[in-house]
Amino acid sequence: MASLQASRQLRSVIAMALCWVSAGLGLTALALILGALLWNGFTSLAPAVFTQMTPPPGAAGGLLNAIFGSLVMTFFGVLIGAPLGMLAGTYMAEYGRGSKLTMVVRFINDILLSAPSIVIGLFVYEIAVVPMGHFSAFAGSIALALLVVPVVVRTTEDMLNLVPSTLREAASALGLPRSLVIRHVAYKAARAGLITGLLLAVARVSGETAPLLFTALNNQFWSSNFNAPMASLPVVIFQFALSPYKEWQQLAWVGALIITMAVLALSITARIIGAQRTTK
Amino acid sequence: MTNAMTETSAQARETLPAKMSVKNLDFFYGDNRALKSINLQLPVNQVTALIGPSGCGKSTLLRVLNRMYDLYPGQRAVGEVLLDGDNILAPGRDVNALRSRVGMVFQKPTPFPMSIYENIAFGVRLYEKLGKAEMDERVERALRGAAIWEEVKDKLQASGLSLSGGQQQRLCIARTVAIQPEVILFDEPCSALDPISTAKVEELIDELRQEYTIAIVTHNMQQAVRVSEYTGFMYLGELIEYGLTDQVFTSPREKRTQDYITGRFG
Repeated sequence: MASLQASRQLRSVIAMALCWVSAGLGLTALALILGALLWNGFTSLAPAVFTQMTPPPGAAGGLLNAIFGSLVMTFFGVLIGAPLGMLAGTYMAEYGRGSKLTMVVRFINDILLSAPSIVIGLFVYEIAVVPMGHFSAFAGSIALALLVVPVVVRTTEDMLNLVPSTLREAASALGLPRSLVIRHVAYKAARAGLITGLLLAVARVSGETAPLLFTALNNQFWSSNFNAPMASLPVVIFQFALSPYKEWQQLAWVGALIITMAVLALSITARIIGAQRTTK
Repeated sequence: MTNAMTETSAQARETLPAKMSVKNLDFFYGDNRALKSINLQLPVNQVTALIGPSGCGKSTLLRVLNRMYDLYPGQRAVGEVLLDGDNILAPGRDVNALRSRVGMVFQKPTPFPMSIYENIAFGVRLYEKLGKAEMDERVERALRGAAIWEEVKDKLQASGLSLSGGQQQRLCIARTVAIQPEVILFDEPCSALDPISTAKVEELIDELRQEYTIAIVTHNMQQAVRVSEYTGFMYLGELIEYGLTDQVFTSPREKRTQDYITGRFG
């Protein structure tokens, strides 16, 4: 008896130690990355970052055009992608639950969800950039939209599936047609989850580089022309970080800091909204 | 109470007109025949209880009466169910209009994720354009009708989900009453409630009988005795016995009914 107890205790200690070590390793890596980012980012952070354009090599400047480009293309990417994803997810959870079409769509969506974003970039390059003859913010938005769609489809379907069918029955029992049941009851019940999914989609695309390299490319100057190349934070970081120029490298750190903070803020917001669902 | 009726009034009730009548009804879940040639009547302004062991088909029968089963592919009903003489199973019937006439209250309270006020007003707005004052009045009347007004009148804007289980269930009854149906179906409305809430809901059902025709599925035989005038006993998809509640519980014609109500099975 005693030996059984002892061996169990030993195994428990070993397992516990392994858990601690792996958790520690993961957290250390994260802390190192965040530490370097915060240190390098904040030391180079200056008001000029938000007021000046990306500079030529060797000169001082800011990231205004890149910040603007990222905001605009993310906004339009979500504007195009989110409704598509919501509608598809709604179909899958409400009308086509268990149907063949739903299974096929879900399967394809999962592939899209895990597809390397560079493939999406190349795809949009072929269907938008080549026919138009030049890179553009429009093509960039399309590429981001294609990344938004699978995330939103997934969360919409999952969240609507969590709405108890008794709630739908209760609404139907009042004589509500299906479309109203979905719009007024199912969406409302799933609202926190749907918004969370949307925010996560924004967080996901706001850091994407590869799809923009092939579509919106980059622009050293201020541009709000949708039909022309547009700068974005990830692409600027990519270009500046790899350059030999000190000023560019510093701006790359600042850009990375801005994106990280934005994603962090989005994730925290998503958490807070998600938590409301359980308390309310 | 209701079960303490005399022989003569019982006979008088036998001749009450039927609000709904079920004729030779079969029901299928895919290939599985869950109801077998059911014949049953819901006399107008009476409470009809459906009792029987789990899986006997009583909830299935109830869900045919407002065509709730329509929401699910692969479920179908064959036969006739008449509401004021019209067959509700006939093709081309407007199911939503039917459900506005035949309301339903479920086993678990199902308040919508909105305010108490909106829970009531939401359904009403679907059928009627009411001004603010009229809507306020309608909401109050419905909440009073469901005996919950005194408890919620000061917090109409609070979430319906913030109420207790028993209050939620009465809110759901209020919501059903608010759109002024003719028939109300109760699917084990008290099985998730404590005894005090149960007593309130039962009292309420007895009052609602004045205006509505009621069918209630229940596992609780005492409840059937307390609230109903008529009782149907179901077993394995068949309606074994149907009659006045008194008669079914005191001198059942069928041995299976007697075995069930004396607790020999089920």
